Amino acid sequence: MTEQTVNPGEVLLEVEDISLSFGAVRAISDVSFDIKKGEIRAIIGPNGAGKTSMLNCINGFYHPQQGTITYKGQKRSQMKPYEAAAQGIARTFQNVALFRGMTTLDNIMTGRNLKMKSGLFSSMLWWGSAQKEELEHRRYVEDIIDFLEIEAIRKTPVGRLPYGLQKRVELGRALAAEPELLLLDEPMAGMNLEEKEDMCRFILDVNDEFGTTICLIEHDMGVVMDISDRVMVLDYGGKIGDGLPEEVRSNQKVIDAYLGGGH
Amino acid sequence: MLDFLFFVEVLLSGLLTGALYSLVALGFVLIFKASGVFNFAQGAMMLFAALSLVGVQEMLGVHWTIAFIITVGIMIALAWCVEKFVLGKLVNQEPIILFMATIGVTFFLDGFGQTIWGSDIKILDIGLPNGAFDVGGVFIDQLELVAGLTAGALVIILAIFFNKTKIGRALRAVADDHQAAMSVGISLRYIWIVVWTVAGLVGLVAGIMWGSKLGVQFSLSLIALKALPVLMLGGFTSIPGAIVGGLIIGAGEKLAEIYVGDLVGGAIENWFAYMLAMVFLLFRPQGLFGEKIIERV
Ligand SMILES: Nc1ncnc2c1ncn2[C@@H]1O[C@H](COP(=O)(O)OP(=O)(O)OP(=O)(O)O)[C@@H](O)[C@H]1O
Ligand SMILES: [Mg+2]
Repeated sequence: MTEQTVNPGEVLLEVEDISLSFGAVRAISDVSFDIKKGEIRAIIGPNGAGKTSMLNCINGFYHPQQGTITYKGQKRSQMKPYEAAAQGIARTFQNVALFRGMTTLDNIMTGRNLKMKSGLFSSMLWWGSAQKEELEHRRYVEDIIDFLEIEAIRKTPVGRLPYGLQKRVELGRALAAEPELLLLDEPMAGMNLEEKEDMCRFILDVNDEFGTTICLIEHDMGVVMDISDRVMVLDYGGKIGDGLPEEVRSNQKVIDAYLGGGH
Repeated sequence: MLDFLFFVEVLLSGLLTGALYSLVALGFVLIFKASGVFNFAQGAMMLFAALSLVGVQEMLGVHWTIAFIITVGIMIALAWCVEKFVLGKLVNQEPIILFMATIGVTFFLDGFGQTIWGSDIKILDIGLPNGAFDVGGVFIDQLELVAGLTAGALVIILAIFFNKTKIGRALRAVADDHQAAMSVGISLRYIWIVVWTVAGLVGLVAGIMWGSKLGVQFSLSLIALKALPVLMLGGFTSIPGAIVGGLIIGAGEKLAEIYVGDLVGGAIENWFAYMLAMVFLLFRPQGLFGEKIIERV
């Protein structure tokens, strides 16, 4: 867990002066930051700071009232979540959002959705080729299952799995999309130490082996300082710190926010 | 012996009628599963589909297969319109609001259908066999048999569709979690159009069967009310539930009519289904195969 990948590469995603409110609640105010290709970028901050809202803006669930988001050099407006997915953005959720009625395998298969070509009518007309395609994707999914070491629960309906494993399946579903940018919302929340270590290892491996850019929200400071290349700090919707882990750790505003926020 | 044969005959006829109830119920289940909306308009869609089929056939004077294909097109267009002008505008609203919207769709379809295709009873004849035949002393109505087999085939096709295809998986995904489904690149709009289309096609098939039996008339849309007890019995989210529920209601009401009806002065067929469903609800509120109904309704 000590190895670090420092990639001073080009900017993959640029957020400029975005603001987002829900009625009177200002979830994000005038925040700018960027995510560089190949890095592990952490977003931290006390509860209600606007971290999840930020991810929701990036993958198109929310549309900020002000500001712009530029992804891969393209400015986008009012992007829908499935369009974000089509451009290579995958994510997991703070409160595990799996398809509870389906097995682990089927859940991860849904992650292949955009990679599968045959549509409604073609799969009716050319049943055979649709089934062949299904098998190819199945192979890819099996690789992910091996990678995440969840072979034993392949056919288990996910609703019955313990929380830690559900989070792992959710990561698998996001990976199945072969994302360029992977957004992880508190991937280690509610896990025990051993599960956290596994999850850290997976995140680092994904970043290392596939070069996937990762943006994660995490409350465990130890983990954040350990695995991330750069850290952005939000408090009450505003940005109060941004930089290398060491810089952020010694930033007085950040220390105050955390002490004041009861952490 | 004769009594027994008669019993079998009644039972069989009940089951086959039940298969038709199942078809109607199936349309409800599909939409409820995918969007959490109780589609009040399912009956109206069935009537509209049958009216369109007959109307197109009369107007263009074409073979019924051509009219069928055109009607399929009409049902796809209808699904698109419902998404575009009704549901799409009401994303994230309370289920009760969506339910009200489908009541609106019902009145629109009933009115619109009659405006274009007229309001008199129409005969729907696509050459389905009529009359009964005799199997070892048991008389089976041919039309009912065809209807039963069609319902069975449709269920098998839907099961394969849901379990073996990408879109089927996407449909189940949307039924389970909207946000997660969108995050893997599933477009809710597209899925809703697909479910409403499939529900429309199921309505079309049901409409053809009922229309061949009773003629295409306004009361067809009331048959949808018979699907309510079927849904209570089978659960609102279960396809097997819709099938089994339909069969139980169909067989139950025929048997009750014949064997209990006289004791209580007849006409039991009209309310037996509801009573059966109510009694059943007391013991199993989620239905035979239903899941989490308390959470959703
Ligand atoms: N859909 C919404 N409707 C109304 N308010 C919202 C919505 N989403 C977020 N908020 C509000 O925006 C603010 C920021 O919420 P957000 O979930 O982004 O915080 P967070 O940093 O992720 O917090 P936590 O650490 O608790 O997950 C909160 O005050 C929250 O109540
Ligand atoms: Mg959050």
